[in-house]
Amino acid sequence: MEKRNLIDITDLTTAEIDEMIAAAEDIIASPAKYAHVCDGKQLATLFFEPSTRTRLSFESAMLALGGQTLGFSEAMSSSTAKGETVVDTVHTVSCYADIIAMRHPKEGAPYAAIQRSEVPIINAGDGGHNHPTQTLTDLLTIHRELGRLTDLTIGFCGDLKFGRTVHSLVNALSRETGIRFVFISPEELKLPDYLKENVLKKYNLPYTETASLEAAIPELDILYMTRVQKERFFNEADYVRLKDTYVLTPEKLVPAKAELRILHPLPRVNEISTAVDNDPRAAYFRQVRNGKYIRMALMMKLLDLRA
Amino acid sequence: MNIDSIQNGVVLDHVQAGKSMEIYKYLHLDQLDCQVAIIKNAKSARMGKKDIIKIDSPMDVDLDVLGYIDPNITVNIIRNGVRVAKKHVALPEKLVNVIHCKNPRCITAAEPQLDAIFLLSDPERGTYRCAYCDAEKQRRL
Repeated sequence: MEKRNLIDITDLTTAEIDEMIAAAEDIIASPAKYAHVCDGKQLATLFFEPSTRTRLSFESAMLALGGQTLGFSEAMSSSTAKGETVVDTVHTVSCYADIIAMRHPKEGAPYAAIQRSEVPIINAGDGGHNHPTQTLTDLLTIHRELGRLTDLTIGFCGDLKFGRTVHSLVNALSRETGIRFVFISPEELKLPDYLKENVLKKYNLPYTETASLEAAIPELDILYMTRVQKERFFNEADYVRLKDTYVLTPEKLVPAKAELRILHPLPRVNEISTAVDNDPRAAYFRQVRNGKYIRMALMMKLLDLRA
Repeated sequence: MNIDSIQNGVVLDHVQAGKSMEIYKYLHLDQLDCQVAIIKNAKSARMGKKDIIKIDSPMDVDLDVLGYIDPNITVNIIRNGVRVAKKHVALPEKLVNVIHCKNPRCITAAEPQLDAIFLLSDPERGTYRCAYCDAEKQRRL
């Protein structure tokens, strides 16, 4: 079988994504059936940048499939601290593991890594660029919550410039029919031009840009909130100025649709008030759970394994 | 003004007027020991005026580099004073180590030993994107 990687969400066809969503649904319904699919397999989690949920989600997913895990959770505990290149680190680890999930603060690091890796590479986030497994999680969540991935008005709110989850999800949904995008951000954190040109304008997808969450909220089926990420700013003053631009509260949700679903890749800081957590429309913790199941489905696909 | 014909070498014709020094730099012609003639603002029926570069030595010209700089250039290969081949260049689909990514967040900025790879993203606008980070690069000419 040809080695498959997941660097960008568009590495997968929509048919493959549908297939993985169906597999994840089956895993949720019958987890015991999948408990030994990865017996004898090892996942390496190479996290050159700290993460809690993504790394644990990958490890939990592999353990639930009967496999084992190894790896590191910060660059300073790897040979990177000695000056080793990302290509050499990944090449070395690919001699030990059957599949690698890697996160790196630099954009494009997974693309560099696949040049020499002997096993499938999964991009678990590369700087502000892409985060395709979060996108698979988001797609599974939307599908489970609303029963469809088509005919949606989806609002993205917050840091749309450095928000890699936003970029990947825009790419993924651009291939579905009947999608309308609403981008809600301050001027400094607007969606990058390359996404507008290469995706939205190229495929004539309807989108609007606004700075007002209140104005946008009544028309949305999905509200995708994001955190303004301190680690993406070179200048702390800019971060401090922008970090509290949007805070979702129960009051702001009053004019929203009953079937609205609120997603967030987490962690949140204060962009969603905890008072929203008990609203049935708040789907972000169900989204976390879905992340494990879709990663199980993904690893099975890349390793060409079935229950 | 007369420039001697070359016996064995390469003539780059239909270079956009005023851009020959860019090509001189990109092709590293300064490193050659042979004679190199740069003719600027030569009369051209098609272009009005053009630049021409004559290289008095057989060499492999990187057509991808030329295509990136100016896809209208023609490359004439001269052997024993006779043109034996005429090649037209085009915007290449992929550029390796021709241009470099300026995005400070790109992995190539942190690890410069990586090949700098750019892929053609919009042929009409002549736009390339870094294969690693998607940062855009417009053609310079």
